[in-house]
Amino acid sequence: MTVTELLPLIGIPIVVAGFALKFNPLLVVTVAGLATGLSVGMDIGTLLETFGEKFINSRSLAVYVLILPVIGLLESYGLKERAQDWISSMAAATSARILMLYFVLRQGLGALGLTYIGGQAQTVRPLLAPMVEGAATARYGELPLHIRDKLRAHSAACDNVAVFFGEDIFIAFGAVLLMDAFLKENGILGIEPLHLGLWAIPTAIAALVIHMFRLARLDASIARDIAAWKKTQGQEVTA
Amino acid sequence: MSALITINEIYYLIGVILMLLVGMTLRDKGNPKRLTTALFWFLFGTVFLFSDLLVASLGKPLAYRIIGVVVILISLIAGCGLLSIGTYKQRSAEQRQASANQIGNWIFLPAVLIPIVTVLCTVLLKGVSIGGLYLLDQKQLTLAALCVGCICAILAGWKLTGGTPLHAVRESRRLLDAIGWASVLPQMLAMLGGVFVAAHTGKSVQDVVSLFVNPDSRFMLVVIYCVGMALFTMIMGNAFAAFPVLTAGIALPFLIVGHHADPAPLVTIGMLAGYCGTLMTPMGANYNIVPAALLELKDKYLVIKTQIPTALTLLAANILLMYFLVFR
Repeated sequence: MTVTELLPLIGIPIVVAGFALKFNPLLVVTVAGLATGLSVGMDIGTLLETFGEKFINSRSLAVYVLILPVIGLLESYGLKERAQDWISSMAAATSARILMLYFVLRQGLGALGLTYIGGQAQTVRPLLAPMVEGAATARYGELPLHIRDKLRAHSAACDNVAVFFGEDIFIAFGAVLLMDAFLKENGILGIEPLHLGLWAIPTAIAALVIHMFRLARLDASIARDIAAWKKTQGQEVTA
Repeated sequence: MSALITINEIYYLIGVILMLLVGMTLRDKGNPKRLTTALFWFLFGTVFLFSDLLVASLGKPLAYRIIGVVVILISLIAGCGLLSIGTYKQRSAEQRQASANQIGNWIFLPAVLIPIVTVLCTVLLKGVSIGGLYLLDQKQLTLAALCVGCICAILAGWKLTGGTPLHAVRESRRLLDAIGWASVLPQMLAMLGGVFVAAHTGKSVQDVVSLFVNPDSRFMLVVIYCVGMALFTMIMGNAFAAFPVLTAGIALPFLIVGHHADPAPLVTIGMLAGYCGTLMTPMGANYNIVPAALLELKDKYLVIKTQIPTALTLLAANILLMYFLVFR
């Protein structure tokens, strides 16, 4: 195999090295794109054209900008404070139970194509994370920073896992359409988007089982963390 | 047939919000790099406000080239560390607690309106037209519905809190500054994926795999495809970008042609194996790094670390599912 055949791969080591050396990801991606294009003989004009076209065509990835004003406004009028007070008043609500309920709802809605209903900006920051934190605060009092962050990270993860492995069941979702177009372009006919959606179900079930198993152990793990933290606090006081 | 609310109008709205934030950043004397920070968001806003206009007036090739230059400028500003966080007039903790007590649980209404209105519009306004004009863009129905949801929410928030829509935009600057350059990364990665397809990177992957893998071993090929999708997605930050490259490079020649694997479960599970990679990479910025910033986590990789156990177990599950489902 010759060097020319390997040249289209040049972007991959650039991305890996750029990231390892902690350069700004935007810069790394741009350099990787330029290097890949130039190495296979695209002229700079065509390359810029590809850059611009793909960037314009993926503008929908930025719609969360629309949600930020509402969230910002509500937060300045006490949205988080209220969410935490409200959850604290419910005795049965533990952090893990709230996350499990959210996971099932989010995955189910995603499977129906309603992927924009949840999300990091629209639901995790304003509602889910404050509620999960509120439930733990009600149980243990003011939380230390690392446990607060652990709960927040679990809230974000819960949203991601649920939507990733729910949305592909919905036949009109982008990924399904992308696969459909790929198969047709490569001469594989007779597969409907519906089939692709159905084959996403086994993985969706696996994701549900795996993540629920982890969440089922979360409350106990938080209790252990709190106990360990209290112990170190106690040592500092006596020392 | 056109629509009352089209996806392009949503882009204009995003552009207008970004431009308002540019103005506010310029006036923020507390931001040490306010000029370059403002320039960054101005250039990003330009893409939403003017690219349709550029395409219409200059034609696609020239307009795309201009945006290509804008994109490079954006990455240079971020790459040289010229973005910084501003200062914001925030209401105090006491004020927030007081309005929380006063407004009560009604404060959830605008936040809950976003999903509810989105669902209702998606379900009820699908295919609904008046006098030959669709109410919502039918090709991007959920996005258009989301936009309606946001507008309803902002109006409800206005009524409920007494803070104006402009106040809302002012508050959003705090959130967008915290996200920073990561808000542009998803589109940058889509761009890199486009270049890879144009450069036929998939063919090179196929050549490399054929050097190292015995094409008769079904299980190894399945493992290579699934793990490859996860790894390549980690590099690209996006399973969509990895999919055409790896499927053309591995799944198509070795598994479908070579071993007559059933294409439908093969590509579906392949894509989902890629999603396992998205859970484990900082390049999947809008899922992993943006939320870490939104949630003000001290460790910006904590979301990724939390997801790794689920991602690895699920990747193994996908390998087994693929092996048993595609060779029936």
